Amino acid sequence: MLKQTPSQTVGPYFAYAWTPETYGRRPLATNDLTRNGTTGEHIRLEGVVYDGEGAIVRDCVVEIWQADAAGKHQPGTAGFGRCATNDSGEYHFHTVKPGALGDGQAPHIAVTVFARGMLSHAFTRVHFSDEESANAADPVLATVPEERRATLIATRAAGSFGTVYRFDIRIQGENETVFFDC
Amino acid sequence: MSPQEASEMDTVNPAEADFTPRDWAQHPPYLSPGYKSTVLRSPRKPLIPMRQSLSVRTGPAFGHDSLDPLDSDLTQNGRVNGEAIGERIIVTGRVLDESGRPVPNTLLEIWQANATGRYVHRWDQHDAPIDPNFFGAGRCMTDEQGRYRFVSIKPGAYPWGNHHNAWRPAHIHFSLFGPSFLTRLVTQMYFPGDPLLPLDPIFNGVPEGSRDLLVSRFSIDVTEPVWALGYEFDIVLRGRHATPMEA
Repeated sequence: MLKQTPSQTVGPYFAYAWTPETYGRRPLATNDLTRNGTTGEHIRLEGVVYDGEGAIVRDCVVEIWQADAAGKHQPGTAGFGRCATNDSGEYHFHTVKPGALGDGQAPHIAVTVFARGMLSHAFTRVHFSDEESANAADPVLATVPEERRATLIATRAAGSFGTVYRFDIRIQGENETVFFDC
Repeated sequence: MSPQEASEMDTVNPAEADFTPRDWAQHPPYLSPGYKSTVLRSPRKPLIPMRQSLSVRTGPAFGHDSLDPLDSDLTQNGRVNGEAIGERIIVTGRVLDESGRPVPNTLLEIWQANATGRYVHRWDQHDAPIDPNFFGAGRCMTDEQGRYRFVSIKPGAYPWGNHHNAWRPAHIHFSLFGPSFLTRLVTQMYFPGDPLLPLDPIFNGVPEGSRDLLVSRFSIDVTEPVWALGYEFDIVLRGRHATPMEA
């Protein structure tokens, strides 16, 4: 067996390669997963990334991968998004609320977190606060200590541009987001 | 592997086969205090083991429409009014899984400093010249054999604030997707014989026996006469178990 190539940090200077719109270049992926006619409930997923002292992290990239509103993972890149945090540590995505996959899991979005200072990336996932009964039956949430589950639940609110789910990411600290080994 | 196992592997739907775990004997731990930024950016609570459902076994698949013609030639894709300055290099290699099988048609992104050790990134304040003809970012796709190839300029070393007289060794950032959300890898490629390597806390964050996996090999065969030096760098992503682990 060959050995896995070791991970290294994304560093602080990824923006011109990963989110190069502001450098006049075509991005590989953006934070907008919606197209004209994308069916389902259009939502804004947003949050702030914090470090172990509660300081905002402004050189972080959040990537997401999700099913469509019918619970299907589309081939290609339709379910993929990438967003760098801004100077206030905020990220956001325009997307649709995913449907349940039909395998017993509650609707959710898979998340990867990269940052300067993270030598390996971290996996987490977003659940939705208005899916209480589905969350209660979710086999992944069931493996998470009860007192930590709230870190995986995005809070639904009505915003001026429609439905907003708030999902802050705490890389370290008292309310550290649950990260997975998967 | 027995013929029966090989045959089973061929018939496993990729979306249903589990991937091998992240091998923490190869990857840096989150907390690596020599690299100071890890101190407040390292998850400290135990990672929760998660079974691999469809939602992470699948992943984005980028097509050739994600690429522009000059994306793999960094000596040309930032050209404004002349040639990029520095030592021209060819960086090539194969993307494989742990069983040695090629990972075909997968996207790679690279980014790097220019020959003086300066990034075009707006935050980079290093007092070294920007090269107006070098942007420093590119993309390409592996072929059916998992092979990729970039043309670029050898990046320079640069100082950073981690500790007194800290210098990053010359490196190229790599980002790969592979067939799944789980095979995602972000890493850095280094150059052979660089005296800064043993002093670099980011490189040294990797467990000792695996650091060499990040150092490219000089290759006279890849080197093109009178034009560019060749370096080879193979990348190994997480592979699939032969049969689904999930009952």
